[in-house]
Amino acid sequence: MTQAPRGETPRADGLQYAYAVVRDTGAPAAALAGVRGVAGEPVRAVVHLGLAVVAGPVPAEQFGEGPLKERLERLEWLERIARAHARVVDAAGAGTGVVPVRLATVCRGEEGLRRMLETGRERFTEALDRLDGRVEWGVKVYAAPPPPAEPTTAPTAAGSGRDYLRRRRAERRASQERWGRSEDGARQVHDALCAHAEQARLHPPQDARLSGTADRNVLNAAYLVPRAESSAFAGRVEELDRRSAGVRLELTGPWVPYSFVAPSGDDTGRAETRRERSGG
Amino acid sequence: MGARDPMTTAYGSPVASRAPAPGGLAARGESGANLADILERVLDKGVVIAGDIRINLLDIELLTIKLRLIVASVDKAREMGIDWWEHDPSLSSRARGRDELEGREEG
Repeated sequence: MTQAPRGETPRADGLQYAYAVVRDTGAPAAALAGVRGVAGEPVRAVVHLGLAVVAGPVPAEQFGEGPLKERLERLEWLERIARAHARVVDAAGAGTGVVPVRLATVCRGEEGLRRMLETGRERFTEALDRLDGRVEWGVKVYAAPPPPAEPTTAPTAAGSGRDYLRRRRAERRASQERWGRSEDGARQVHDALCAHAEQARLHPPQDARLSGTADRNVLNAAYLVPRAESSAFAGRVEELDRRSAGVRLELTGPWVPYSFVAPSGDDTGRAETRRERSGG
Repeated sequence: MGARDPMTTAYGSPVASRAPAPGGLAARGESGANLADILERVLDKGVVIAGDIRINLLDIELLTIKLRLIVASVDKAREMGIDWWEHDPSLSSRARGRDELEGREEG
């Protein structure tokens, strides 16, 4: 009376969560061994038309439309699956080009995964070719926090009202000057790093409530760098961090090139010209 | 001159600790990324392709709030007159769009 426990044998017609698309070379299979996905499921590559989608079976009780919408409203759940999703994408991209798929892309069965590969085949192939051998580095620049201000007490006597206003004006000016300096610092950092990257993308500055850092984020950028030049790029970030007064830099990566999947017409030419000018 | 010692100041902490480890992307210390770093990539970047389960992420209230949090800091910066990224055509597609509308030639 032995029966495989429900859920142990992956059902080919059950829901499949898609993480990333790679070329069908057989390489991902080894990299994915032992990797667990958003539902703790084992992931593998499903091949079709020269491509492969890295995917895992997920229970309809959590990833069907209704349950999924409900769970995405919970930050702890969202954070858990976002981190698991990024881990699978990373594993899929070890040593090979990979196009990450957006969070919460769920297909019906392996047939659905193959349909997805068919539908997106041109886009996937174009991105894989364009991003081959490249990684993304994230750089954030933070303004140094203002020095602890003397408490600005409300005026207590008629004569000190003017002093109070003068003090408030001076504080506002100092605050704007600090912003000006960190603006300059951010622009200089961005310009310097663009000269050593093939492409760059600017993201909106991060809100402190999401990033957990109280310092003001004045630059939030992604840079596309050939994998072999990663150490040199990280070294330049470190150098800029040392040299830039009034701001600090934070480096994350290497990432799979999430930010560069969508093609942009302008960057390549400019970055190439810059590289030529600076001697590469 | 004031060269900062990166080991003793709060700023200028060396990023050498984040230098790429051999073995490629899978070796990256994933836990080092903050939630905003991860969300702005897995939610907002990468390929958008319709699965069979249709959900519009912007319909999800929490995500709308979180995405608004990401956007809110841009608005805050703008309120203070800080929007340099919007005016440089080399940095902003919005600035490029404006240039196109106004018939300026790209340098």
